[in-house]
Amino acid sequence: MTLVAEEVRIEVPVSGSPRRGVLSRVFGRLGNGFMQLFLAVVAVFWLVPVFGLLIASLRDEQANTASGWWTIFTKPAELTLRNYAELVANQAVWQSFLNTFYIAVPATVLVVVMASLASYALSWIEFPGRETLTVVVVGLLVMPIQVALIPVAKLFGAFGLFGTITGVVLFHVAFGLPFAIFLLRNFFAGIPRDLIEAARMDGATEWVIFKRVVLPVAKPAIASLTIFQFLWVWNDLLVALVFADQDSAPITVALRAQLRQFGTNIDVLATGAFLSMIVPLAVFLVFQKYFVQGVLAGSTK
Amino acid sequence: MTAVALRDVSLVYPGGAVAVRDVSLSVADGEFMVLLGPSGCGKSSILRMVAGLQRPTRGQVVLDGAPADDIPARSRGVSMVFQDFALYPHLSVADNIGFPLDVSGCPRDERAERIAEVASAFGIGDLLGRRPAELSGGQRQRAAMARAIVRGPRVLLMDEPLSNLDAVLRSGLRAEIACLARSLGLTVLYVTHDQIEAQTMADRIAVLRDGVLDDFGRPDDVYRHPATMHVAAFLGSPRMSLFKAYVQVVVDSHVALHIGGQVIDLPWPDMRARAVAHYDGEDIAVGARTEALRPAAPGASGAVLTGQVRHLEHHGHETLVSVDVGAWGVEPSGLHELRTGELTLRVHPDVRPVQGEHVGVHLCLEQLHFFDLDNGRRIGPRGRRR
Ligand SMILES: Nc1ncnc2c1ncn2[C@@H]1O[C@H](COP(=O)(O)OP(=O)(O)OP(=O)(O)O)[C@@H](O)[C@H]1O
Ligand SMILES: [Mg+2]
Repeated sequence: MTLVAEEVRIEVPVSGSPRRGVLSRVFGRLGNGFMQLFLAVVAVFWLVPVFGLLIASLRDEQANTASGWWTIFTKPAELTLRNYAELVANQAVWQSFLNTFYIAVPATVLVVVMASLASYALSWIEFPGRETLTVVVVGLLVMPIQVALIPVAKLFGAFGLFGTITGVVLFHVAFGLPFAIFLLRNFFAGIPRDLIEAARMDGATEWVIFKRVVLPVAKPAIASLTIFQFLWVWNDLLVALVFADQDSAPITVALRAQLRQFGTNIDVLATGAFLSMIVPLAVFLVFQKYFVQGVLAGSTK
Repeated sequence: MTAVALRDVSLVYPGGAVAVRDVSLSVADGEFMVLLGPSGCGKSSILRMVAGLQRPTRGQVVLDGAPADDIPARSRGVSMVFQDFALYPHLSVADNIGFPLDVSGCPRDERAERIAEVASAFGIGDLLGRRPAELSGGQRQRAAMARAIVRGPRVLLMDEPLSNLDAVLRSGLRAEIACLARSLGLTVLYVTHDQIEAQTMADRIAVLRDGVLDDFGRPDDVYRHPATMHVAAFLGSPRMSLFKAYVQVVVDSHVALHIGGQVIDLPWPDMRARAVAHYDGEDIAVGARTEALRPAAPGASGAVLTGQVRHLEHHGHETLVSVDVGAWGVEPSGLHELRTGELTLRVHPDVRPVQGEHVGVHLCLEQLHFFDLDNGRRIGPRGRRR
């Protein structure tokens, strides 16, 4: 599950295009010398195991059991795509891969849409009880997910949502919103008040202000939220394990089901992890271009 | 006709800060009204209430004769230029200017036409494709003003629009704004803490202090007959000299003002002498602007005070001389006294007095101002037209 987070770090050298990635800009800013050396060391520490996992996914079960992945440097002939072929040929794995999409995409879209609307209201529309509501919503952050599993399972049972993709999505949305609102409200509240009021004076309704001023200005925050939420849902095992049934299980659950009872299972795990990592990686690459600095530059003095 | 009026408006912020107290004010159609006052006196608060961005705690904002309480900011027909421009950072200059038009559903070709028109009026016609971040301060200010007037508002509010610009740009834009507003027949409420802006641009000025409307009228009138000591001290550069005087009435002859160890006499026929006479045996504040003061020849008679030159300020075209006449100074804020009150005398730059030298200063009695030390109000016959 944490593999994906590592892969994000691997992205550092990739972003050399004209539109420089945020990470390469961070590197540029950190300047030279000690800091760069330190970061390089950290990067190597992260990269080596990931690389090992990649190699492992390219060796068959016997080879993996017999020797460590580093033997590949002396025996490159051991490399094979068979693990991937087997996994892809497995109907259940494919279905779960699709299920992950059906869960992660709506759960992300719903959270981003609802959280940005709510955050706008909580930061820029005056209504009684606004502060209290904000505190309550953000306070829900401390609610551990485990506490809710059983009551929600009962509730879903009563509504026929148990074991459905809808159920899993709803749970993710409910538990994604507090953090999402926390993140976006903070960002929205940081938009200069004059900007919002200028739009009001220009005749814009709240909806137009939201759509045409706040959303464009908040792109970096929304992009981060999208990535966070998507990764979280994509990599989730616990919620899916509890609420999904065999037909609605996402890839995390399906991979677990593929494990053999004995043996290291490294060939299955490594292959599955790399397969499920492709999509979050793509999402990250697509959205990272919105991490532009100085979105508000020029707006005010 | 009255375009904007405030009726006994007060504003108390949630924390309990009183920003505006019982202000009543009316702005005629097409009038250029300047709200003037030191920082924190409630100028922006008043503007925001007129704009509809802030609801008054008490009182009423009236637009075109109708109470505006329930009209939201977007439908008031009021535009605003913000102190820090508040341009939309993600839009080009053209789209910034076009934003109010888009929102009101203006047809596409008319939109382009209007944008080009106002942009060229403000001299930013060739910057339309740029983002706000790529503009200089002055260009941003112009873009912000173009955006404010593109919709053809009835009332234009400006909150210290020039305070972020350098002096040269400021004086250029000052004339430009005043000229444009008049040619468009806009009703303008213009906030500033710069008294030169107020003096040069305004049809009428309203001077505020601590949320209270201190004075209100034509710039000349307010300058010549300031209603309070604060207004007197706030308007005019160099600042009016204010000092303490002890009043002694010599019935049917004159009123003697003891200033430090010296005396000047107000002849009894002077209308103001009668008013000042009420303070017989008490202290009042006397104010003198530089234009009321001239160097006096040695031994000259009349209203002459002598004192020592404290320091000099050479301005090129003139020299300002601070003369200590041994009087107690008066500080309008808090009404506490300075150690010395100094007269600021304006002399030709070729005249070079030396520090410590004794000089005589002739006071023009007609141009002196008298204020009550307790409440800071002007002493004298009322009846100044507003
Ligand atoms: N949102 C607010 N909450 C509480 N107090 C406020 C708020 N806004 C302004 N004030 C207070 O109200 C008073 C008037 O503020 P205002 O912004 O109207 O002053 P101003 O005359 O525009 O000053 P400046 O020239 O510095 O812009 C100030 O004392 C300020 O501290
Ligand atoms: Mg202000």
